[in-house]
Amino acid sequence: MTSYIFLKFLRAIATLVVTVSLVFVFIRFSGDPAAALAPPDAPQEVIDQYAKAMGLDKPLWQQYAGYIGGILKGNFGYSIHTGKPALTLFAERLPATLLLGGTALLIALLAGIPLGAVAALNRRSMLDQVVMAFSVFAFAMPNFLFGLILILTGALVFNVYLGGSSDAGNWAAVLPPAITLGLAAMGSFARFTRSSLLETINQPFMRAAEARGVPFRHRLLRHAAPNAAIPLVTLVGLSLGSLIAGSVVTEQVFAWPGVGQLLVRSVATRDIATVQFIVLAVAFTMVLANFTVDMLYLVMDPRIRAK
Amino acid sequence: MNRQTEGKNTRQSVEAAGRRSVIEVDKLAVALPQGGDRELAVSGVSFRIAERETLCLVGESGSGKTVVANAVMGMLPRKLPVKSGEVLLEGRPLPPQRAVEFNAIRGRRLAMIFQDAAASLDPVQRVGRQLEEILAVHEVPRPEWRGRVLKMLEAVRLPGPMEMFDAYPHQLSGGQAQRIAIAGALLLDPALLIADEPTTALDVTTQAEILRLIATLQQERGTSVLFITHDFGVVFQIAHSICVMKDGMIVESGTARQVLRSPEHAYTQRLLAAARNARNRRPVRRSEKVLSVENLRLSYRTGTFLNRKLKPAVRDVSLELEAGKTLAVVGESGSGKSSIARCLLHLENFNGGTIRFHGEDVTKLRGRSLQNLRSKIQIVLQDPYSALNPRQTIRAAIVEGPLIHGVNRAEARSRAERLLDLTGLTAQAADRYPHEFSGGQRQRICIARALAVEPEILIADEAVSSLDVSLQAQILDLFQELQRKLGFALLFITHDLRIAAAISNQILVIKDGEAVEAGPSREVFKNPKSEYTRQLLAAVPGVSGDGWLPT
Repeated sequence: MTSYIFLKFLRAIATLVVTVSLVFVFIRFSGDPAAALAPPDAPQEVIDQYAKAMGLDKPLWQQYAGYIGGILKGNFGYSIHTGKPALTLFAERLPATLLLGGTALLIALLAGIPLGAVAALNRRSMLDQVVMAFSVFAFAMPNFLFGLILILTGALVFNVYLGGSSDAGNWAAVLPPAITLGLAAMGSFARFTRSSLLETINQPFMRAAEARGVPFRHRLLRHAAPNAAIPLVTLVGLSLGSLIAGSVVTEQVFAWPGVGQLLVRSVATRDIATVQFIVLAVAFTMVLANFTVDMLYLVMDPRIRAK
Repeated sequence: MNRQTEGKNTRQSVEAAGRRSVIEVDKLAVALPQGGDRELAVSGVSFRIAERETLCLVGESGSGKTVVANAVMGMLPRKLPVKSGEVLLEGRPLPPQRAVEFNAIRGRRLAMIFQDAAASLDPVQRVGRQLEEILAVHEVPRPEWRGRVLKMLEAVRLPGPMEMFDAYPHQLSGGQAQRIAIAGALLLDPALLIADEPTTALDVTTQAEILRLIATLQQERGTSVLFITHDFGVVFQIAHSICVMKDGMIVESGTARQVLRSPEHAYTQRLLAAARNARNRRPVRRSEKVLSVENLRLSYRTGTFLNRKLKPAVRDVSLELEAGKTLAVVGESGSGKSSIARCLLHLENFNGGTIRFHGEDVTKLRGRSLQNLRSKIQIVLQDPYSALNPRQTIRAAIVEGPLIHGVNRAEARSRAERLLDLTGLTAQAADRYPHEFSGGQRQRICIARALAVEPEILIADEAVSSLDVSLQAQILDLFQELQRKLGFALLFITHDLRIAAAISNQILVIKDGEAVEAGPSREVFKNPKSEYTRQLLAAVPGVSGDGWLPT
């Protein structure tokens, strides 16, 4: 068990190191940062000055060491447009994104898991087919399309404008984008729950429990659910990871002031430090979510604890 | 438990022996869905079991014996409804009037254990909790739970009941898991225990222990047992009375003595003959040495990369294979017998030893020449279901090997047809897919596929273990017939001494990766030299009775 934790931890660290390095490499490849930073019509000397100021004239390995050192010290660079630290910009946007992502995840879980379970327990029935058709539709439909339909319906039918919720403090405002975002995840949760639960309830131990006189509800909640949840945790973990970044399109459609919108704006304006920080933050969240899932496995599955 | 059944409304059903019937099944019929191979899964099934009596329901797979068990348990799948008939448990009709009442009967008056005991336990819950759950759902007061469970764990002769209580299912061996399942089944002293092939997945030694345990507990606790099996060796050991099932009907029934001594129905006679087939063996001829193995050693790496350990799987095993002859490698599961096969096929990087093929050292062959050697050594595996690619036609599966080894297409196709014919399948089989065949037929296909590259050595790794007795006999016959026609050397790996006796000229007994006994089969069975072989022989069900084995 200790070696399991150790190995998973090692893997998490390795993933982070690789991501951080790749970000470094790709940013160098995407063009000269000095040229991007300098005003568009700046002469070469100015660009060179910028380069020198940023340490871009140094050998690559020194730049890399400086970059890693900066990250370790918590220095992620400054936005060229606002002059604020990238970290601050990100932190300003984070609550809005967490609110949106969290609500979306909640919707997806609360709708997806029961729907999947109902479908599994009524396998091959009309209900099952309807639920599954709806799930496929939900995750096959592009976010922006559903978002736009929602805004249009709101405006034309109910006379409410749902697309301009720049006020993240308003609880009701989070619902339209969260439903848009949650619907897609709900589709995959429902399908996954269905197949996982179906597999579990057909396991011999479920029959054996029935033969011991364990009532249906008890079998479902005490035996089927904990076993079926194990693979589901992976899926939820991955969705958790994409909370931070996954809402780029939806935030844009609903003008939601979150990280996704910041990312789009920073890319458009070549605000390298900010883009770099967002990419790192996403990577970190992903790695953290993955590691958490691995640790949850330890709690949920004694077979893994034994390794 | 108090027996409420002894009240007024108990039906006066007294058996010939004068003991009350615990269960009576009368003209039970269960429907099959349309398009099945017969209209009724079971029909006209009647039997009764007295107190402390064990009734063996014997039949091949598909004979409907498990359907009967599930009908009694009220656990038939929806597409197999009971059409007619009556089941009385302790005088009361099953199923009870309200479906929910069944939950109070199952586990309390009626219990069941299954073939795969480990899989019948929830993998994420401790054993003790799962046993306590039975007491909980049957409304036993909480303070009694732990004590009763521990006592029961002791009753099923598990060492260290406390540790067992806290163990998870994956930490148990097959035999331990079955003991746990039995503990759970008997926890509330049911009137009837239904045992559905409970020892089929176990090796002979464990099988014998479990059978003895069931018999002992039955006498101690006064339980009746409905024992379902395809194995007459097991029947011999445990049955008081026997019902033989074929195609959903009971074709013969009677006391164990009657049925085993003087079977009346042709089908029973055939099943018994198949089980007794152990005797016929072919005369010994001098022949050519094909493969010799000296001091084969193999260790597996275990542990983490920080804490690496070597676990020896095969220790200094030597063996020889002769053309046209059969060597049986016998051992319990985990003894390393399959590892030996994998080494011979160069599927394992073994740590030491020499392998000679026709006198030539092939221990370190690589690349092209290894490919050529592999076409000379072929293997047939235990599970014919997973051994065939479900999306490949039978012809494609059989010609694949020859084509890879450079045989032209026309020749490969004619070989496939000839082999299908030789293995007892029709040429039409070639265009069909694996799912259209039964287990026995699939094993024939696997054999045809292995022989398609014209190997000099055929390895059969538990190749008949998943088949039922009469099919086993057929496949064993097929191996012998093909060997006579094609002259390959056969290395037959099995945990079942009876099978080894039936097929081999030479025998090699393996324990913990080591050869504990080797010699001509007749010798080994007549005068086993090692203590372990003697134990194995003694553990074979049925051996103590009528002398089924060629002793």
